[in-house]
Amino acid sequence: MLALFLSAAILMMLSASPLDAFSLILSGAFGSWAKLAYVMTAWAPVLLCSAGLLITFAAGLWNIGIEGQVVMGAVFATGLMRILQDSVPPSAVLMLAALAGLSGGALWGMLVGGLRRYGNVNEIFGGLGLNFIAGSLTVYLVLGPWKRPGIGSTSGTEPFPPSLWLPPFRDFQASPIEIILGLIAIASVAIALRGTHFGLQLRAIGKNVKAAFLKGIAVDRNIFLSFGLCGALAGLTGWILIVGTSARHNLYPLISSGYGYLAILVVLLANLKALWSVPISFFFAAISMGSLQLPLQRQLDSSLGGVIQGMLVLSILVIHGIRSRWLRREG
Amino acid sequence: MDISILIGSILAASPPILFAVLGETITEKAGVINLSLDGSLLLTAMVGFAIAFHANSVIAGFLAGMVAGSLIALIVGFVSLTLHQPQVATGFILTLLCRDLAYVLGKAYAHIPGPQVPHMAIHGLSDLPVIGPILFDQNPVVYLSLLSVIMVWGFIYKTQPGLRLQGLGERPAAAYVRGVNVTAMRYLYTLIGGAMVGLGGASFSLMVKPGWARPYGIEGTGWIALAIVIFGGWHPIRAALGAFLFVGLQTAVTFLQGLMPDVPTQLFSTLPFPIMILTLVLVTIGNADWTKRVLNRLPKGLRRFLIRTLKALQTSPPASLGTIFKKE
Repeated sequence: MLALFLSAAILMMLSASPLDAFSLILSGAFGSWAKLAYVMTAWAPVLLCSAGLLITFAAGLWNIGIEGQVVMGAVFATGLMRILQDSVPPSAVLMLAALAGLSGGALWGMLVGGLRRYGNVNEIFGGLGLNFIAGSLTVYLVLGPWKRPGIGSTSGTEPFPPSLWLPPFRDFQASPIEIILGLIAIASVAIALRGTHFGLQLRAIGKNVKAAFLKGIAVDRNIFLSFGLCGALAGLTGWILIVGTSARHNLYPLISSGYGYLAILVVLLANLKALWSVPISFFFAAISMGSLQLPLQRQLDSSLGGVIQGMLVLSILVIHGIRSRWLRREG
Repeated sequence: MDISILIGSILAASPPILFAVLGETITEKAGVINLSLDGSLLLTAMVGFAIAFHANSVIAGFLAGMVAGSLIALIVGFVSLTLHQPQVATGFILTLLCRDLAYVLGKAYAHIPGPQVPHMAIHGLSDLPVIGPILFDQNPVVYLSLLSVIMVWGFIYKTQPGLRLQGLGERPAAAYVRGVNVTAMRYLYTLIGGAMVGLGGASFSLMVKPGWARPYGIEGTGWIALAIVIFGGWHPIRAALGAFLFVGLQTAVTFLQGLMPDVPTQLFSTLPFPIMILTLVLVTIGNADWTKRVLNRLPKGLRRFLIRTLKALQTSPPASLGTIFKKE
């Protein structure tokens, strides 16, 4: 509520009607089946990234490098599809590309872990650096070796043929495969964190690294593994951003579109609870997609969606803080 | 090319990142991380330009940028110091929030001309050979930025309050016992740091890259500033060198671009960022235990040399950086 109020205040400052803007966002997200399908295609990447981040956050790690991991997943998937698309049947290419995406993201994730372990570089800065490198690499690939025949431009590589797209569900332009993958990822992460040895160890590390180490938990190996797993899920996101039903079906700069950062907000708002990440990521995907309507219909910037999301998470943090302060005083 | 003009142009482009780095150094010296730099720089640049445009005054723009910067810092302070929520989380949310807010609020100001800082050579001194064009043929903001490097250094290491500031970040409990109001002082330095970041943002939009647009072209600079604070070992002068190094890299890259027209421009403009992170590895790698093991296997002369270089580069943060201080 606080967030809505603050966003409304900002809109008033811009002399725009808040109600009008909010209803535009809503209709932009749910106004038609086609729009809902777009929300679904945004939901899957956020779900997958949130699942990955639940792992790293459980271990108390800030995987800001997730954007780069998404990009590398897309790069690896694209690379494999470019090599195999003429010689191997499409469905096999799709499957192999998914594996390539997984490993690309995992590799990039483990690099963050490696920088932290062997370079003593804080994971936030290692991750950021790798984000920049992944970004430079896509620009290089798109303009250099993988450029379109004739003119190379930053608009991206040559799109893949429809046989290499994930199939839509009848007329609904969102593939159920994407959503199902996302939900499976969240569910398995939730189960792994609660019920397995690995999950327990990770959470122990997240609570208190020193104590976990003294207990004999292989801290370094587990941190590596959690970065690798999170990177793998991010890489799978990269694959979806290439082959997904409503994707652009090519590699272009900034392909990660901020989904990784959005997922960080989702997981923070969900207070690191897997179950809550599911509806929240859907809600955030709806806001993001809905606010794309704003510049088309009103003189407003599409970043308004981001403002609302940020305000929401910040207000939750504030409310959380006030409540625990108040409880302390009571006790 | 004339070397003094080259150095002069590096100094002319560095105030934004310099102010941001100095501000963050002060904040972190007090034990608080304001991670929101990337968003703060963007938002304060936008606010600075908008206010300068309406008031038709550059000074009003700088003041507005400083106010906006300290307001953001106030939120960081309130959520982390008063409400005891994680600083990194707060800062990260604010990074995204301020960036989006800048785009939303700044839409009306995109691509319009506005006031900018006038050039002001210091007469008499600007005609000096070599250092004249470097140091005295600039504008007031550049003079101020260079002056503030020395002022911040002097304040932290040569004054009584500066020593207390170091205590806040190193051993807050000890500072508390000695009668320092830790939370209030941390608030103060977080606000001062935020104001300096705002000064940096405003000097982007009123001097280095006058105006506003989306994307504005300084996205990512805030993160680099945070990395430079580490690179600088939380020491203002070393941090300033880091800032010059980064801006120098950017200048070198545009220079290289002229030599190699076949390589895409977009690639060149991203290069300084990974290079900066690589230097960060060099700075921190000396702390890792495996480096010591590798070093022990090397011949004696080489080992000595390597240990010395790494030691010289090595930095370590204020001991209580990012921790929450609670009175027991």
